[in-house]
Amino acid sequence: MGDFDFSIIIKSLPVLWGGLLLSLQLFAIALVGGIFFGTLLALARLSSFKMLSYPAAGFVNLIRSVPFIMAIFWFYFLTPELVRWLTGRQGEAVGPFTSAIVAFIMVESAYFSEIIRAGIQSVPRGQPWAAYALGLNYWQAMGYVVLPQAFRNMIPIMLTQAIILFQDTSLVYVVGLKDFLGAASKAGQLTGRIVELYIFVAIVFLVICFGASRLVKLIQVRMDPTRQRAIKQDPALNGPGITPGGA
Amino acid sequence: MAMIEIKDVCKWYGDKQVLVDCTTRVTKGEVVVVCGPSGSGKSTLIKTVNGLEPFQKGEILVDGISVGDKKANLAKLRSRVGMVFQNFELFPHMSVTQNLVMAQTKVLGRSEDSALDKGLKLLDRVGLIEHKDKYPAQLSGGQQQRVAIARALSMEPIAMLFDEPTSALDPEMINEVLDVMVELAKEGMTMMVVTHEMGFAKKVADRVIFMEKGGSILEDCTKDDFFGSPRKQRTQDFLSKILHN
Repeated sequence: MGDFDFSIIIKSLPVLWGGLLLSLQLFAIALVGGIFFGTLLALARLSSFKMLSYPAAGFVNLIRSVPFIMAIFWFYFLTPELVRWLTGRQGEAVGPFTSAIVAFIMVESAYFSEIIRAGIQSVPRGQPWAAYALGLNYWQAMGYVVLPQAFRNMIPIMLTQAIILFQDTSLVYVVGLKDFLGAASKAGQLTGRIVELYIFVAIVFLVICFGASRLVKLIQVRMDPTRQRAIKQDPALNGPGITPGGA
Repeated sequence: MAMIEIKDVCKWYGDKQVLVDCTTRVTKGEVVVVCGPSGSGKSTLIKTVNGLEPFQKGEILVDGISVGDKKANLAKLRSRVGMVFQNFELFPHMSVTQNLVMAQTKVLGRSEDSALDKGLKLLDRVGLIEHKDKYPAQLSGGQQQRVAIARALSMEPIAMLFDEPTSALDPEMINEVLDVMVELAKEGMTMMVVTHEMGFAKKVADRVIFMEKGGSILEDCTKDDFFGSPRKQRTQDFLSKILHN
């Protein structure tokens, strides 16, 4: 350990902090975008209109069968082309950050759509029926009745996917973005202290991701159906007049 | 005047026909009980009335509006026809009050206050006002079903459909639900009820429809004819089985 100089981390903190912020920004945008478009994809895939379900299934299967890093490269080169094709202007204005965001939203929406699809299917069929029977239209039935239950069922697995997403943000380093890992690499190359910086990056990832996974565990325990049943059958919580097993 | 008019309705799941030329009607204020062995398509038939189950042939008119018509505003039609399900289907993530209020505000555009007022009045009527802030999972099956009936009534429906409303209940809870339904029938609500509760049928039904395995209507007659002198041997067999239990 004598050769290590960890003071380099203190000196690099501003750069690393900037990198971490970029990572968190990318994470937040990809998470929100992924869940939003993932929900639409899941609804399209479950639709009885083949015009919707087939393309959605095709997109999800395509994205899920290519390596994430390849998708990032694709969109790095494709997004400027697309912008030029759509607007007629040169796509130079599209930087690596924008193309990375496009790639992340695309890929994450495919991943999240599979989770959300399973969540929607976990809601009993009678629930949308009851919603329709009251006169709700498709979007109301989904928005007020089906999706809230689907998301509730899916919270643990969605959080797990979010942790994976946070780790995956380090992949943008391949298109030259200074995310947390990218910033550490840059600082390491300049100072020749790359090992110390990588150790630091690893520790920060460990702390964030381990902390988050503990949180997931906690939520899982709280949402455990056996525990909910215990609450339900505890007369003290229910007041009189409850017959167990009536649900 | 026919509130619900079912004419030659046929339905297939793939190659399998589940409804065969079903024809019947429910006039205003009438209570019609639909019974028959499992697999006879009773639940399927009642779900075609508000368009939850599509059908391939025939016609269904509810208050003069064709359910099968692609141009029909199904959501609007459904908001005028209440439905009660075998498994209650209260929304588990909402409190009892929210269950009662939601469709009134979102579908009928009522104000939160008037919807709440209406909902709580009906909750009181089914005897559950003290449970208004509970969640469905905290109620017994019978209580949940009474809330479900109140929820359907909150839309001020022109007719009510009941799809085996007591089949998922423990025996001691059946009567609390049937009592609410009997009261409703006596108030003149138009009702179509799929049930095996022959006591209910005897008490308030005007007509009884008997469906046979394969999805056809075997008997469609007044209550007195049905229980007094069923015309078909098959109906007699079914009745003797179900009444002995």
